[in-house]
Amino acid sequence: MTKRKIKVEALARVEGEGALDVTIRNGTITNLKFRIYEPPRFFEALLVGRMFTDAPDITARICGICPVAYLLGASQAMEDALGVRVEGPLRDLRRLVYAGEWIESHVLHVAMLHMPDFLGFQDALRMAHDHPQIVESALRLKKLGNRILEVIGGRAVHPVNLKVGGFYSVPRKAALRALLPELDWAIGAAGTLLEAVGRLPMPELERDYLFVALRHPAEYAVVDGRLASNQGMDIALPEYFDHFREDHEAHSNALHGRTNDGRPYHVGPLARWAVNHDRLHPDVQAAASKAGIGPVVRNPFQSIIVRTAEVLQALIDARALVEAYEEPDAPAVPVEPRAGTGYGCTEAPRGICVHRYTLNDDGTIAAATIVPPTAQNQPTIEDDLRAVVESNLALDDEVLKWRCEQTIRNYDPCISCATHFLRLTIDRG
Amino acid sequence: MPRPKLAVWKFSSCDGCQLSLLDLEDELMAVAGAVEIAYFLEATRATAKGPYDISLVEGSITTAHDAQRIQKVRKQSKMLVAIGACANSGGIQALKNFADHEDFIRRVYARPGYISTLATSTGIADHVPVDFELRGCPVNKHQLVEVLTAALSGRKPNVPRYAECMECKRRGTVCVTVARGEPCLGPVVQAGCGGLCPAVGRGCYGCFGPMETPNTAALAARFADLGRTPAAIRDGFRLFNANAEAFREEGDRHDQA
Ligand code: SF4
Ligand code: SF4
Repeated sequence: MTKRKIKVEALARVEGEGALDVTIRNGTITNLKFRIYEPPRFFEALLVGRMFTDAPDITARICGICPVAYLLGASQAMEDALGVRVEGPLRDLRRLVYAGEWIESHVLHVAMLHMPDFLGFQDALRMAHDHPQIVESALRLKKLGNRILEVIGGRAVHPVNLKVGGFYSVPRKAALRALLPELDWAIGAAGTLLEAVGRLPMPELERDYLFVALRHPAEYAVVDGRLASNQGMDIALPEYFDHFREDHEAHSNALHGRTNDGRPYHVGPLARWAVNHDRLHPDVQAAASKAGIGPVVRNPFQSIIVRTAEVLQALIDARALVEAYEEPDAPAVPVEPRAGTGYGCTEAPRGICVHRYTLNDDGTIAAATIVPPTAQNQPTIEDDLRAVVESNLALDDEVLKWRCEQTIRNYDPCISCATHFLRLTIDRG
Repeated sequence: MPRPKLAVWKFSSCDGCQLSLLDLEDELMAVAGAVEIAYFLEATRATAKGPYDISLVEGSITTAHDAQRIQKVRKQSKMLVAIGACANSGGIQALKNFADHEDFIRRVYARPGYISTLATSTGIADHVPVDFELRGCPVNKHQLVEVLTAALSGRKPNVPRYAECMECKRRGTVCVTVARGEPCLGPVVQAGCGGLCPAVGRGCYGCFGPMETPNTAALAARFADLGRTPAAIRDGFRLFNANAEAFREEGDRHDQA
C-alpha cells in the first residue's frame, strides 16, 4: 500500500490562518480537510447589547482587507430594520468608496498574492525582479484604490467616515475630481494587466458550479440587489436564510454553507461574472473576451482573469461616479431607534456577505448573524481541491502541494472573515 | 553584510495592521530591499528560520496554543514590536473579557464543546516582554515605517505620546465637542492617526488607545454633562482598546449592569 500525505501547515498569501491536510491511499483520496485554525473572535456575541450605531465599526474589524463590506452590510441591515433608505448621491458615494475597496483588494490579490503561483514565484517581491512593470503598475493601481478609500472614507484600512444612514461628512467635489487623471491612467493600466493575466499559464479544470450573486436591474451589482443564481433562483435578501443553511461537518468541526437541499454553491468573482455578465460595461466584456474568457467561467484558476476584469469594471464605474458627483445636501439620512429585524448584503470582493440584526426598542442589538463569503465557499473549495488532487496525482508532493495552495488562493479566501462564525475549532487537546 | 531579518506574526486579528505594510505602495520595494523578509505569511510562502532581528506581532492571545506560540516568537526575536490595538491590549475581541465566556461560545457556536479558546483576549505584553508598542486599529503606516527605520538605525522611534486632541489643534480642526456637543475621546487618546475622526466631524472613538496618565474620569463627567447615559459612557470606553487598563477601569466605573 502506498500512502501519501500532503500537508500545508500554514497557508501563505491569504488573509488569516488556514491549513490543508490530504491523505492519499493507493491513489485514492481518503481524507481531505481544508482547516481554518484562526481562533474565533465571537463577533456575533460581542455585538449583543451594543447600540445599532456601533455595528458598522465593530464588524469592520472582522476583516482589514474588506472593511467596507462590513461597514456597508451592517449599515444597510440597520437601515432596513429602522425603515430608512439611503439613495441617490449618498448611495452613489457608497458605490464609489466600495469601488476603491474592490480595486485595492482585487489588485492586491491578483498581482501580489495569486499571480506568483502562476509564474512559479514564492512571492510578488521575487516576481518583481523579472516582471517589474507588472508589480509597479499593480502597486500604483492599488494605491489609487486606497486613495479613493481615503478621500471618501478618511482612512484606507477601517475607514472612519461611514455610518448607519450614510456618512459623517461628504467629500468636496474638487477632492473627487482630483482623482480623474489617475483614474484615466488606471483604466489603461488595468487593460494592460488584464492582457498580461490572460497570457498566464492556466491549469486546467472545469467544474459545474451553482453560482450565487447579487443582481441589480442596471448595474454590475455591488452594493445591493436581489439574490440570483445561474440556475434561475431570484429571491429577495430576507429569503436567503430560507434557501441556504450551514452544515456541521464532523470531519472538520466546521459549518459549511450549502443550499437547503444540501448542494455546495459558489460566491465571488466567477459567480458575479456568470450571473451579471450582461451588466458589465461593453469595454470590459470586450477586453475580457480578448483575454480569453467568455460569459461563463467554470475554471476556478481563471478567477484571476475575472478579478482583473472586475478591476476594470470598478474603475470605469468609479470614473463615471466621480464625473457625475454633486455634493449631497446632507451627509446622512436621519435614523431613529426602534425594534425590528433588518437585512443587508453587498458583494464583498470575495462574494456576498450577508448581515441580519434584530434590534430592541432602544436601538440595542438583540441578535446578530453574519455570513461571510469564505464560509459559503468552504464546501466548494474542498470539492475543487479534491478534483485538483485526483487529476494531478502524477505530480510530486512539492508541486502538488503548491498546486493545492494555488487552488485555495483561487478564492482569495479571507480566513479572518470566515472564522468569527466558523463553528470550527481545532481540538488542541 | 547580511540584511536584518524581518518577521511578521499573526495572532487573533483582522489582518488590517499587517496589510498596512503591503499598503506602503511607495516604500514597499525599499523596505524589501533594506531587510530580508524572513517570515511574512500574508505576503510570501517562502520562510526562513530564526532568529529574527525584528518581529512585528499583530493580534491578541486568545488560545492556549497561541500563548505558547508567542513565547517561541519572543525567544527567536531580538526586537519585538506589538502592532495595533489587538496586540497592544487585546483588541475588539477583548469585549469577551467582560462577558460570560461560556455564554459567548453558546451564542455563536452550535457545538460549544469543540471550542477551545481562553476566556480572555489579551495583548502581547501580558505574555512576553515587548520592546515597542505601536498603537492604532489599524496602525498608521507612516508610523510603522518610522518604527522600522528607527530599528534599522538603532535609535528610538519618534512616535508622539501626547493626546489625540493636539492633532486637531495642529490641523486646525474645529473641536466637535465644543462646536456640536459631540462626545470625543481625543483628550485621553494617544495621538498618531493624524486626527482623522474629528476631521470628518465625528468624535474620536479611541482606536489608538489611552495616552499616558489620561484623565478619563474628568472626560466621563463631561460626557455625562452632555447627556450620555452610563451605559453609553461605558461602551464608549469598551471598544477597540476595551482591555487597556485606563479604559477598562473607566468603563467598569460606569457599568451598572
Ligand atoms: S488592531 Fe485593529 S486593524 Fe489591527 S489587526 Fe487588530 S482589529 Fe485589525
Ligand atoms: S480620531 Fe481616534 S478613533 Fe479616529 S482614527 Fe484617530 S485615534 Fe482612531
